[in-house]
Amino acid sequence: MGSLDLRHIARLSRLHLTDAEIKFFETQVAQILSFVDQLKAVDVEGVEPTSHPLSLCNVFREDEIKPSILLEEFLKNAPRAKGPFFEVPKIIESHS
Amino acid sequence: MKHQNSFVHDTGSLSKLTIHQLADRYANGALTCDGLLHDLSAAIRSRDRDQRQIRAYINFDSIRPIRREVPKASKLWGIPIAVKDNLCVAGEETTCGSKILKGFISPYHATVVEKLLNAGAVIFGRTNQDEFAFGSSCETSCYGPTRNPRDPERVPGGSSGGSAACVADHTAIAALGSDTGGSIRQPASFCGVVGMKPTYGRVSRYGLIAFASSLDQIGPITKDVRDNALFLNVIAGHDPKDSTSADVPVPDYSDFLGRSIQGMRIGIAAPVQTPILENAVKVLKSLGAKVEALSLPHIAYAVSVYYIVAPAEASSNLARFDGVRFGFRDKSAPSLLEMYEHTRGQGFGAEAKRRIILGTYSLSSGYYDAYYLHAMKVRTKIKNDFDAAFKKVDAILSPTAPSPAFKLGEKAASPLEMYLSDIYTIPANLAGVPALSVPGGTDHSTGGKDLPLGLQFIGKPFDEGTLYQLAYAFEQATDYHKRLGNVC
Repeated sequence: MGSLDLRHIARLSRLHLTDAEIKFFETQVAQILSFVDQLKAVDVEGVEPTSHPLSLCNVFREDEIKPSILLEEFLKNAPRAKGPFFEVPKIIESHS
Repeated sequence: MKHQNSFVHDTGSLSKLTIHQLADRYANGALTCDGLLHDLSAAIRSRDRDQRQIRAYINFDSIRPIRREVPKASKLWGIPIAVKDNLCVAGEETTCGSKILKGFISPYHATVVEKLLNAGAVIFGRTNQDEFAFGSSCETSCYGPTRNPRDPERVPGGSSGGSAACVADHTAIAALGSDTGGSIRQPASFCGVVGMKPTYGRVSRYGLIAFASSLDQIGPITKDVRDNALFLNVIAGHDPKDSTSADVPVPDYSDFLGRSIQGMRIGIAAPVQTPILENAVKVLKSLGAKVEALSLPHIAYAVSVYYIVAPAEASSNLARFDGVRFGFRDKSAPSLLEMYEHTRGQGFGAEAKRRIILGTYSLSSGYYDAYYLHAMKVRTKIKNDFDAAFKKVDAILSPTAPSPAFKLGEKAASPLEMYLSDIYTIPANLAGVPALSVPGGTDHSTGGKDLPLGLQFIGKPFDEGTLYQLAYAFEQATDYHKRLGNVC
């Protein structure tokens, strides 16, 4: 079912894979995909998809202010934080 | 009195008791909580020193009890509960068995943990699991594998392998697990204990690190059926913090124990008649149940549907692990994009990568309709099969797993073969229905040791009570829980 471009998929997943990993996963993923191809035999004409076992939609709650966990608590887990922010490598290139 | 004293002085034996036995001892003043925790710690330390290297706990050398002051009459007062590493416990490292979450200290408790603490239970120890619950053997954890206490050459099953192993090994009284495609029931089967995957929505998932959000459920792993019912009584129920938790009344599950199963209708759809299943049919018939053959025509496609749907949801859920807000980060990466890619490349193990790739592929442009959408439609047909079946029967009976525990490394090279070990458990997750595994006997075919095998009862949505009724009747009639040494 189409060619498996693992580098493209890895890029979409923001996942760095080594050449060895690409080779390793290519064979395995192809095997799994060929196994699940048995699903093609099932006639699903007119069948609605099930994304979820309960037929829930739009679960609303009152818009009330409730105490939440302090920002500092969350920032404690950050690999890098500065003031009230998570710090990441620079996104915008400088042209100076 | 002499009997009780002999227990108290025999280090390690209090840990062999069940929830209900401990509750009786608390009630008649024969036991203190500190005494029990001391005994349990001693049992855990002795297992850490022994040659079997079970390694059910990831923090065996640093377990600290977490408890609340609540009235002694509370439902699980003084009962230590081990917790799977994918459930948030405030102030404790919670890593889902993954390097990418190393160092993450949860700022809050999962709702199930809150409920346990409010019921007087003591949170005691974190159990090993497959990384992000991806696996059926407990071998993909970043902490290394857990071994099966029934035979340390073998896996305990997975992904809740640590939880099942510590209950079977008497280093826990009971444990919390989670089940996305069999992760409570298959390890319960491999380790010879009782595991319940409740109806989807029965137990709040708030604070459970998500694997596949339309399939995940939290449930109890215990030494016997009574304990399981007492445990589910505490954790079941609607939670405003989880919008997919169902607002459905929760009965007292212990009311179902000991009720006659005379005239109850049980369906069998398994194509293979195993000795365990034949024996179970004989037992259930002798107790007055009616057993009939049943057709679930699309169940054969369940594993395929699952390995489209579960990785798709997982690839989406795991997008949050990007090195920005918590856990591991590759700090040497010069740009944001490289930081994401290398953090994830180094932080995730092989099975997590495999599932992210599979899931991203089936959701990607050009393949969504052929894979994901198609699988969701076949899922509807599987769900319809169950709806039709439950018009005729009260429960469906099957083996829990196609084999007893396999050896460490045996299936590690073939992901597909590993996936097929969940062939009997996956359908209940896809349909969202409850299912319970209870010890169904032992297998001698592998030569060496007698290995436990589970029997699975699958029920109607929100009808966990009927499963307890049937499993309790079976357990009391067969005594496998005693023969396995779960209950003294």
